[in-house]
Amino acid sequence: MDKVINLQIWQIAAAYIFIIILLFIVKLRGIPREKEILISSTRMTLQLILTGYILVYLFQNIHPVFTIIVIGIMELFAIYNIFKRVKVKLSQKIKRIITISMVLGTTSSLLYFIVVVINLSPWYDPRYFIPIAGMLIGNSMTGISLGVSRLVDGMTAQKHLIESALMLGATPKMASKEIVNNAFDSAILPTINSMVGMGIVFLPGMMTGQILSGVSPVTAIEYQITIMLGILGSVTLTVILFVQLGYKTFFNEQQQLDIHNWEF
Amino acid sequence: MFQLKNVKYKNILDIKQLSIPANKITCVVGESGSGKTTLLRLLNKMINCTEGEIFYNNNAISTINSIELRRKVVMLPQVPAIFSGTVRDNLLIGLKFAEKPLVDDEKLSEVLNMVHLDKPLDEDADKLSGGEKQKLALGRVVLMDPEIFLLDEPSSALDEDTEQIIIEKLVHYTKKTNKTLIMVTHSRKIARTYADNIIQIKNGKVLNQKGE
Repeated sequence: MDKVINLQIWQIAAAYIFIIILLFIVKLRGIPREKEILISSTRMTLQLILTGYILVYLFQNIHPVFTIIVIGIMELFAIYNIFKRVKVKLSQKIKRIITISMVLGTTSSLLYFIVVVINLSPWYDPRYFIPIAGMLIGNSMTGISLGVSRLVDGMTAQKHLIESALMLGATPKMASKEIVNNAFDSAILPTINSMVGMGIVFLPGMMTGQILSGVSPVTAIEYQITIMLGILGSVTLTVILFVQLGYKTFFNEQQQLDIHNWEF
Repeated sequence: MFQLKNVKYKNILDIKQLSIPANKITCVVGESGSGKTTLLRLLNKMINCTEGEIFYNNNAISTINSIELRRKVVMLPQVPAIFSGTVRDNLLIGLKFAEKPLVDDEKLSEVLNMVHLDKPLDEDADKLSGGEKQKLALGRVVLMDPEIFLLDEPSSALDEDTEQIIIEKLVHYTKKTNKTLIMVTHSRKIARTYADNIIQIKNGKVLNQKGE
């Protein structure tokens, strides 16, 4: 194996110079996005430096409580991010469903992969646990965000069709079937698409990272395949939980479309 | 069939006492915004009354399962709902929703004939005109063969002649099969000609009720 090139300070500085050149071009073209580029680059730098040091600390002080705290924080941020990212107004009931689906869907997939597939010992070893948790939670977050938007939009836009179906004696489940299926499709489509293009159109981040750090591509691929299956499982499980529980929040116990929680 | 006692719905409806007879044609008339649609939605249990109680065959409807009630008391909304698919899909979807046995094409053609919709069963329902969609939605409800039809302006998008023909067929069918028809209509002529019972609503109150 080739030895890993450790980046020197001046090499990182060169990467920043690249961004400064980019900023100059953006300014020259009159695109008003310098602020966003600056803020996002700075945020990314600070967050990653902080994460780096935290990870070093965690790897040196392995303890199940630390690992659990980290995944708890990840879940919290992911859920908060979903609430923020979805542009429509969310009811308390649906926020609760999002939280339940995220926590149940991601932790059960994570446990399966940690315990059964990778057979990690100790199970809380942060070197494996934290990156895998991050990938499962992050991808599930993206999926469920799409699902939430689609479900809420669909329920609002097709209110008339849903009510008409109810008037004919449909159960809420039948009346919202099409919308639920659409929400599910749009939520898992990005994951499916990325799997289809994987290895040909682009090399996934985790695999690239492992290869750059000197791991054999074959090992990297084994990990990538496993983790992609994990991501697919986690996204699917989270989204299924969400849509199956989520559509019910639009109906009351009398099987009426409960529009009072929603602003049309 | 239906008995309303001190029924209030927000500030839209306020009905002290109203009874709607079984096996009759009842027309609900009144200005727009007077609460006619709200009355139908209450009977179909799409909404609950805020005060009072509605009885269906002497049972309080708050105690009846909404879905079971709606399968017997089917409502047709004023704006016809067209689901994706063909004319056939749109006719059959009512039976599917109500979990009733499906019927063959011959029966479907019969229903199309009754509502005067001369379209092939394989036609894309989305391409139909407003009036044709209304006929299709009506056909779907007839096909479901419920005990009670709740029709909200079933002929609002039709011309006067077609309206006359279709309502007459519908009334004939209701009488023949011993069903109950409760219909909101803006047409005084239709109410006068076909109704056994006319309920006039103004500002959410029953102004008067004329029997036969």
